[in-house]
Amino acid sequence: MTATLDQTPVADAAPAESRPVPVSRAYRFELVKLFSPWRVRLLVLACFLGPGLAVVAIKQQSTLPSDTLFGRWMHASGWSGPLVVLGFAGTWALPLLTSLVAGDVFAAEDRLGTWRHLLVAVRSPRRIFAAKALAAVTVILLLVVGLALSGIVGGLLAVGDKPLIGLDGHSLVGGDAAAKVLLAWLSVLAPTLALAAIGLLGSVALGRSPMGLLLPTVAALAMQLAQMLPLPVAVRFALPGYAFISWNGLFTDPQQLSPLLIGIAVSLVWAVVATALAYLLFLRRDFTNLTVDNAGRRVLTLGVAPLAALFAATVGVVAIAGGGTGSGITQEKLQNSLAVNFAHLYRLQEDELHRPAVTEAQLAASAACTKADGLSAPEGPGNDWRCVVSWHVPNVAITGQAIYQLDVTANGRYIADGDGPKEVNGYFLLKTHDGDAPNPLWQFDGNVDLLPSH
Amino acid sequence: METTTAVRGQGITKCFGDVVALDRVDLDVARGQIHGLVGPNGAGKTTLLGLLLGLAVADEGRLEILGRPVGRALAAPEGIAGFVDGPGLYPALTAKQNLTALARLRHRDVRTAGVEEALDQVGLTEVADDKVRGFSLGMRQRLGLAAALLTKPRLLVLDEPANGLDPAGKKHVHGVLNRLAADGATVVLSSHRMDDLEALCSEVTILSVGRVVFSGPLAKLSAENRELEYRVRTPDPLAARGIADQVPGIAVVEPGAAGTRQDPEVVVVRALVPALDELVVRLVGAGIAVRELAPVVSPLEAAFLALTEQDQQLPAEQGQQHSAEQEQQPPAEPEQPHSAEQGQKDPAERAKEHDAS
Repeated sequence: MTATLDQTPVADAAPAESRPVPVSRAYRFELVKLFSPWRVRLLVLACFLGPGLAVVAIKQQSTLPSDTLFGRWMHASGWSGPLVVLGFAGTWALPLLTSLVAGDVFAAEDRLGTWRHLLVAVRSPRRIFAAKALAAVTVILLLVVGLALSGIVGGLLAVGDKPLIGLDGHSLVGGDAAAKVLLAWLSVLAPTLALAAIGLLGSVALGRSPMGLLLPTVAALAMQLAQMLPLPVAVRFALPGYAFISWNGLFTDPQQLSPLLIGIAVSLVWAVVATALAYLLFLRRDFTNLTVDNAGRRVLTLGVAPLAALFAATVGVVAIAGGGTGSGITQEKLQNSLAVNFAHLYRLQEDELHRPAVTEAQLAASAACTKADGLSAPEGPGNDWRCVVSWHVPNVAITGQAIYQLDVTANGRYIADGDGPKEVNGYFLLKTHDGDAPNPLWQFDGNVDLLPSH
Repeated sequence: METTTAVRGQGITKCFGDVVALDRVDLDVARGQIHGLVGPNGAGKTTLLGLLLGLAVADEGRLEILGRPVGRALAAPEGIAGFVDGPGLYPALTAKQNLTALARLRHRDVRTAGVEEALDQVGLTEVADDKVRGFSLGMRQRLGLAAALLTKPRLLVLDEPANGLDPAGKKHVHGVLNRLAADGATVVLSSHRMDDLEALCSEVTILSVGRVVFSGPLAKLSAENRELEYRVRTPDPLAARGIADQVPGIAVVEPGAAGTRQDPEVVVVRALVPALDELVVRLVGAGIAVRELAPVVSPLEAAFLALTEQDQQLPAEQGQQHSAEQEQQPPAEPEQPHSAEQGQKDPAERAKEHDAS
């Protein structure tokens, strides 16, 4: 056996304890790794070019993506493009992007078998977690910025800075439209962060399992499915995915800010809680073991159960705070929304037809809606809403009336489909002095605030 | 000359659940020494190397590394580098990018970090700009070693560094390790390649089911009074066999017996060294040429087998689960007689399976 320390002289002093690498350097290391695979670089390129090219391509076509919010206005305003992109991003792109980045940031080390190497190099699981989480969020934010910028630039280049028609028919011009579009994109950062946190949690908890990678996408799709169901408002608002659609409220006047703020708050709480759970799971992992130990049990106790509890608690808080347990879609709200929307768009139609200008106040539009021809209670979503809109034109004795069929979805959005008379809303084109123009009253989108009106 | 101890472990015990991975292990490694760690799979080598790297902390016992007590995980002193279970490399980066990123992580100026030198030392200069994705196992091992060299280690911990190395790669790695040791660094490595250990190590520690069964100089191990099998190549094997039969202490191994390859010019005998000397004298006296005289297995391997087989058999006889797992491993591949063992499980993994069961 070799000599002991007590018996032999020490050649040189004992070295200091190895200090952990600062988070900033670990963060840079993570960024290098994240950007090294071609798929991430391709994603960045696609996000910075794809939406812009798509918006320009749509401009070249005669058909419009009318089933997407603001899609029917894509030929009319350059600001519609980024909002259509935003709708698509909230449904598909952002869940997929967060899956590919946040869902893989921890799992990649499992796949490559590099955990021990990383731990020896950084010497702090806490800092590794912080660096990885920050790097993943950085890449995701970069992708979101790319989507937004690309959509805006594409829209402005293809159509130009023309007034944007809001979800209550009023026009948003110039800086107002730009500010609303930017705010809408900013608002989806919160649910994106929530999805990213779910991705981190899945990546930590499930390791190299494909389920870990897909968790944000699966969670996002499940939440979208839930939003399509006739759930109570409190449940709907308690889902972090609601903020992907609550930006719609920015485009009404007055703005429907409460659902937006609730959605953002819920998303941020989910982001914090899911990240904290991922952190706890990560710190409890035994890195002397190559495989994830007790993964199933820990996923349940530190992943699923706390998030389920959070969801239940959020439902309770929102319900108590006035979210309500109904659908939030009432006859009165729908009638008010439709009347306001119609009045704004009627002015637009009058303008296109070069008729004398009228104001919304002069029109005094009102709507009377029934559901299922009065056979069912006038509330809740459905495509069986039928409304009669009445208005007064100055110096005309007769009260104008137009019929609309409304398809109201559970999240408060509706499509009003004109059903006559033909001169007002029965045909998709208007005969103007300058030729045919799209009839703004033929079909339009609207949005009702699901929260009880005070 | 030994001046101090780089690693001192006393009574180190490490358990994973109910499985005892290391059982009161004592380990002393002098500075400037290349110390080999050998043992069958599941002996606890990787666990011990993990403790040296600071990846885990012992449940019991005392561990001092480079003169500093190690009391918690990831609190190892500066100057320790290496890898367990293969080097950690990022396949989408080139060899050079892997090292550069690592150097930056440690806040070293890339220009002075010695990336080029490290690549040169392990013979990877020509593929420095190639992505690691296309590297063979041996090239990855060498790059892992180069990554460890970047830290100018005072203690280098390597788990199976010879895996997948071709002769040129092996030469590079041996050269690097010998130079490091000559410069005063300490190297602790595990390997199943006895020839590597014999070529590199001045001392070895043999582990078996978590316990140390031998620790000391190779010469001491080889000098143990143990019968070995020797291969005698001669143009007249019949006559040689006749003479061998007459020498006291010599047992002729029948051709084709377990572990021997039939070769018409070879006689395999089992003997102690004095009896073997007598056989050579008699063969030469009888005018029988001896073209080759070599142990069938190296002394280290023979000692390893002798010291570990008993420990391996005991649990098997008792019907314990761990030995049963070891016996169920796939057979060794012909190119690398020990490679199949490398795929066997460390106690940490066995512990997980045990928990799961």
